[in-house]
Amino acid sequence: MELTLWTYEGPPHVGAMRIASSMKDIHYVLHAPQGDTYADLLFTMIERRGQRPPVTYTTFQARDLGGDTAELVKKNIKEAVERFKPKTLLVGESCTAELIQDQPGALAKGMGFDMPIVNLELPAYSKKENWGASETFYQLTRTLLKEKVSYSEKISPLRWKEFGRRPKVNILGPSLLGFRCRDDVIEIQRILSEQGIDTNVVAPLGASPDDIERLIDAEINICLYPEIAEASCEWLKRNFGMEYTNIIPIGIKNTIEFINEVHKKLDLPLTNKKELENKSKLPWYSKSVDSNYLTGKRVFIFGDGTHAIAAAKIAKEELGFEVVGLGTYSREMARQVRATAKDLNVEALITNNYLEVEDAMKKAAPELVLGTQMERHSAKRLGIPCSVISTPMHVQDVPARYSPQMGWEGANVIFDDWVHPLMMGLEEHLIDMFKHDFEFVDGHQSHLGHTATNKKDILNSDEKKEKNSKEGIIWTESGRAELTKVPFFVRGKVKTNTEKYAILRGILEISDETLYDAKAYFN
Amino acid sequence: MSKVEFNKETGPREVFCGLTSIVWLHRRMPDAFFLVVGSRTCAHLIQSAAGVMIFAEPRFGTAILEEKDLAGLADAHEELDRVVNDLIARRPEIKTLFLVGSCPSEVIKLDLATVAEKLNKRFSGQVRFVNYSGSGIETTFTQGEDGALKALIPLIESSDEEKLLLVGTLANNVEDRFKKIFRNLGISNIESFPPRQSTELPKIGKNTKVLLTQPYLSDTVRDLKHRGCEIISAPFPLGIEGSTNWFLAAAKAFAISEHEVHEIISPLITRAKLALESHKEILKGKRLFLLPESQLEISLARFLHNECEMDLIEVGTPYLNKDLMKEEINLLPDNTKIVEGQHVEKQLDRVRESNPDLVVCGMGLANPLEAEGISTKWSIEMVFSPIHGIDQAADLAGLFSKPLKRNQILTSKTLVTH
Repeated sequence: MELTLWTYEGPPHVGAMRIASSMKDIHYVLHAPQGDTYADLLFTMIERRGQRPPVTYTTFQARDLGGDTAELVKKNIKEAVERFKPKTLLVGESCTAELIQDQPGALAKGMGFDMPIVNLELPAYSKKENWGASETFYQLTRTLLKEKVSYSEKISPLRWKEFGRRPKVNILGPSLLGFRCRDDVIEIQRILSEQGIDTNVVAPLGASPDDIERLIDAEINICLYPEIAEASCEWLKRNFGMEYTNIIPIGIKNTIEFINEVHKKLDLPLTNKKELENKSKLPWYSKSVDSNYLTGKRVFIFGDGTHAIAAAKIAKEELGFEVVGLGTYSREMARQVRATAKDLNVEALITNNYLEVEDAMKKAAPELVLGTQMERHSAKRLGIPCSVISTPMHVQDVPARYSPQMGWEGANVIFDDWVHPLMMGLEEHLIDMFKHDFEFVDGHQSHLGHTATNKKDILNSDEKKEKNSKEGIIWTESGRAELTKVPFFVRGKVKTNTEKYAILRGILEISDETLYDAKAYFN
Repeated sequence: MSKVEFNKETGPREVFCGLTSIVWLHRRMPDAFFLVVGSRTCAHLIQSAAGVMIFAEPRFGTAILEEKDLAGLADAHEELDRVVNDLIARRPEIKTLFLVGSCPSEVIKLDLATVAEKLNKRFSGQVRFVNYSGSGIETTFTQGEDGALKALIPLIESSDEEKLLLVGTLANNVEDRFKKIFRNLGISNIESFPPRQSTELPKIGKNTKVLLTQPYLSDTVRDLKHRGCEIISAPFPLGIEGSTNWFLAAAKAFAISEHEVHEIISPLITRAKLALESHKEILKGKRLFLLPESQLEISLARFLHNECEMDLIEVGTPYLNKDLMKEEINLLPDNTKIVEGQHVEKQLDRVRESNPDLVVCGMGLANPLEAEGISTKWSIEMVFSPIHGIDQAADLAGLFSKPLKRNQILTSKTLVTH
């Protein structure tokens, strides 16, 4: 048993719902009790969907358990098929139904329908949402294409040349309740199109079962979100020889590398290499003098594997931040996140416990947090600016405007979204210059309305606690007075560093001089 | 009883399970913790229903069953012990810990009563443990509160003191208003169940007169009766009419004359009617369809028809306790169609066929119906908003008039593309 106060991912059948709801002409019969229908609101409220997820819940009750729940399953399958006439039927169970072992998938297959039926076995007590989405997409792809495996030749990424047409690719992985998938797809399609590459199928988002059957008309697959699509891409590679991309086009460098990778796989000459550098405003905005103040900003990153890894790279290489924390809730991506963290000289945090993340955040004393909706709450409590870069997300993270994360426009969006929560460069400079003016209000922050009051409270309460800390360090009057002169946005860091220094040197009382000693030491 | 039409329906449902009631119960009793013994689905459900996580640490959580727990029961008991120990070490301020059963814990027959008993011995004097089930195979949405309250009754001491006991969670400000009005009527000994602190349970006995504030407390009422309490038969205090009759019924039980009641509440009624006017203008003649979820549907239908002059197409309710709802049903217009249970697809067919002006439904259905051009009000808002009492009648009407008003302002009525 695991005590969970909040979970980053839902159960695996919610992942299956993400695939079903993303697609057309699919219906999912879910053997589940009432209450499990809560998952509908994730789609209708967070994504503001104007359609119900295509899911029928068998709604078994305690009194059914003694009787024939299998009959109930069959009745619901029959009704759902008659009513919704899906081209492909998904059948599965949620956590409780898994325990009563009715095997709804097998039941459905015995009912004599002529449509393909995908039997989803998603172990609810060991797996989570992203795994469920990946497995569902994989099972669906496999079911709809397995008959073509035997007589299909291996697909050469170069065959477009023989066919005398532009190369065609599939974009795999975008789904509902993914982060900015809708806009990423538009951006990536636009980029590919500019490079002379056509999109064959986008899936699961917006695809029908017919589209899945057409996947093999493309030369290669773009694995846009490995959490969802890697298993399917791997299966298509094994069985049809279709190659797939590994680079995720988030950030300028990754986008350029991604374009290179696609061109290389297709053996398509890259003629506009120089142009690519200037497609996004991020490089220049980052280089312009106002951005000087971004140098070395301490940033703490937590999210799904794909977005966290990309964020770390952008933060370090494209914005000149210092990454002081990196982690993911996604165990499937732990290896990659660890590798990235190692390169950055930080220890990767792999956990599903948001309190651990909040603790790590506090210790790292970042100036910016990039995380999920939960890190936004944690950062707010700590008075640290935050930008959301990954699911799980809230309704405000599904903006009305076009705001991809990927490609050129994605890089523009990232620059704005990450830099705006920080203080404007000039403004920060002014605050530093004028902070001793009697009219200066301590706690003044950027015009964007992030108040520093929370942070002050936290520091104050910390101070009270730490007066009697086990190390027995005391802040003297002069030490405290000096600390208040430090700009509030670095005060936490200065305080921690000074205490660290005091412990190091065995100093028991921190005076104003200790502060300066520590400052010199850490410089 | 008025001639209402009763129907029953079974099939796929679109409702929350009883675990959802933890969302308001933990706010009512801040010294209690609700530990669901369940799956990741349970944890995900509660956090999704609760919306934004604004607490540093919530006072509810889930002990998520893992594959190894399902292998053997003894193991699961030990595991739960460990989780509880950790939790209490982390949150020493917890006074009452509710062990909440879920669908999976019920199916594997995890005996939470025995676990609670053992823990009560171990933590005697520090934390009290009670258990109930909020599982979706047994309970719908607000029924979870019924389970939680029923579980507290054995902890309640007996007393023959005469008192009025308000039963059912109310918003604190509404509760204060009610108590003031009852005091003005001359009833001085008034207590609430659930109390604001889980440890401050009211004492009950043969001179306790129970006045229900919520219509979903069947099991709690049964156990209170067993303890000798008198249950005052009344409609529920929603709207002016419901609240007036509710006050009158309480007064009668305390031998206070109708005249005295009217003297106290008629100024309230006058101003409430005035406040209701602008909403009534919008709601009058509009056709209402209520899908089952919160169990407040019958009372809401009564209010929206009798006081706001809406026409009732269909009144869905997840389950019907005719005895508890007797006074409410009596106030409904003749030929009201009540449907107990749900077949969500068939019900939505009827929604579309009847072309209502407003549908009361769950959050999963609201946007899809709006996209079809049908105005909606989510039912979960009823359990989070202070809607009880005469003073709140206009606010209650406002919850329904707002979507209609909005629909009048906005020109684009249906969603063409997604």
